[in-house]
Amino acid sequence: MSWQRRREQVIEFSIRACGISSILIVTLIFLFLLREGFALFRSIPIGDFLGGHRWYPISEPPRFGILPLILGSCLVTAGATILAVPLGIASALFVSEIAKGWVREALKTGIELLAAIPSVVLGFIGMAILSPQIKHAFDLPTGLTALTGSITLAFMAMPTIVSITEDALTAVPRGHREAALALGATKWQMMWRVLLPAAGSGILAAVMLGIGRVIGETMAVMMVTGNAAVIPRTLLQPVRTLTATIAAEMGETVRGSDHYFALFAIGIVLFVISFLINMIADLFLHRERT
Amino acid sequence: MARIPNAQWRRALAAQRVAFTWLFVATLVVSLSALVVIGIILVRGAGALSLEFLTAMPSNGMRAGGIFPAIIGTLELVGLTVLFALPMGLASAIYLTEYAKEGWTTRLVRLAIVNLSGVPSVVYGLFGLGLFVIFCRFGTSLLSGALTLAIMVLPVIITASEEALRSVPKSFREVSLSLGASHWQTIRHAVLPFAIPGIMTGTILGVSRAAGETAPILFTVAAFYLPRLPESLFDQAMALPYHLYVISTQIPNIPASQRYGTALVLLLLVLSLNLLAVVLRTRYRRRQRW
Repeated sequence: MSWQRRREQVIEFSIRACGISSILIVTLIFLFLLREGFALFRSIPIGDFLGGHRWYPISEPPRFGILPLILGSCLVTAGATILAVPLGIASALFVSEIAKGWVREALKTGIELLAAIPSVVLGFIGMAILSPQIKHAFDLPTGLTALTGSITLAFMAMPTIVSITEDALTAVPRGHREAALALGATKWQMMWRVLLPAAGSGILAAVMLGIGRVIGETMAVMMVTGNAAVIPRTLLQPVRTLTATIAAEMGETVRGSDHYFALFAIGIVLFVISFLINMIADLFLHRERT
Repeated sequence: MARIPNAQWRRALAAQRVAFTWLFVATLVVSLSALVVIGIILVRGAGALSLEFLTAMPSNGMRAGGIFPAIIGTLELVGLTVLFALPMGLASAIYLTEYAKEGWTTRLVRLAIVNLSGVPSVVYGLFGLGLFVIFCRFGTSLLSGALTLAIMVLPVIITASEEALRSVPKSFREVSLSLGASHWQTIRHAVLPFAIPGIMTGTILGVSRAAGETAPILFTVAAFYLPRLPESLFDQAMALPYHLYVISTQIPNIPASQRYGTALVLLLLVLSLNLLAVVLRTRYRRRQRW
């Protein structure tokens, strides 16, 4: 009997230990990024890092200004968001309120399929199919531009936006819909004036998580945006993002060099951005529920 | 109930027609884009598929031959990832549903999970490099890569398992406990068996994500060109997504069929995993009778 109790205690202890491991992992990730990233600020002031206009990590002397990278990420993300949000919300409305039966199932499957495609495959298609089109359409020297990145990434953000918006719409009580229709609203008026505002905070969460997905995307963006570390002026020029910089340069750095530390410092910036975005999204989601 | 339509009502209906058309078009764009991508890769990649392509080593600087080591590398990587992530994720979920009392600990754990699921994949790569490759001295190896991927898919597995465990009715637990079973015996025999399909679905979805990810394995496992199979856990390995990235961006003059063929194999692997998850989910829903 006591042997059994002993066993029971061991099992419970290990389960509890695993249970709080996620907290440990998040902390570990942050600590490791800090440990390696902060080493950079011994030789370069943090202001020059965040606000510097030049990213020349291997020239002599090297420059580690990530402003062009931040702006590159912002530009690509903004473009993708502008494309993905209206399409995503519209699809969620259609799938959850209008489509019925097998049409609905087929559309949902299509959207799930899109979410399943690996980013490197989307990047490959963006490179092989989309970028020549863009080059041709705008008569550019290269088709690898911020716009190409925005379009590719929009398709990666859409499934996230659709599924979370759909959840938010489903959570709106039936009574809201029925009351609006009973007052003589058309179905569209009901959706536009009652449903969307009622699901508002859930939809905001969906948009935030979509943005988070786009900012953190690495492979596709590295393959289609051309990777020029300059401060971008238009959507039609090559840009380089924070994520692509880490992925493209980490292989060539020497461990313990300033360049290596700088890439970890970029990791900190990304971690903090994604942390904030997820916190805000979570806040919106919880407001929804209560 | 025929009502005489007045001008205002007619205008509202016209607006509705326009709006619904837009919603429909938007939904088609989102849900058909996956089919378009899959279609393009299928049509252009099918020609490259042959027994030789699947079972031969790459040759001539990856311009000819097959992708055998990349396929095996990805399968081994994914197998190891499940081995690490499933026990930990499942234990985490059991902790959240069966052991923990709602309080600040569970709130922190949930917050950590939310943030883990939002961390950009390339940041996981940095973390894996810092912790497993350098700090633990595992080197660039299958082990480091699988551990990194395991941490990345952990939130997916925890969330799915938690949902599966919660869907087992409370009465199952009460009956078992009232018959004198211990807490762990109850979980083991009265709860887990009924949650297994849901847990498996979540795990497979997590795995399919791991199979397609490139950024986390860039600096932890991936070998640019390694025309042999990994011999131990501490060996480097090729992997399908990284191979696709390499041959589409790093090596000039590769026949397009090699690229599309690799993309097709990766896509088939990921989509068949997703299909498996969908089939499991549907069968499970049909069987669930409580």
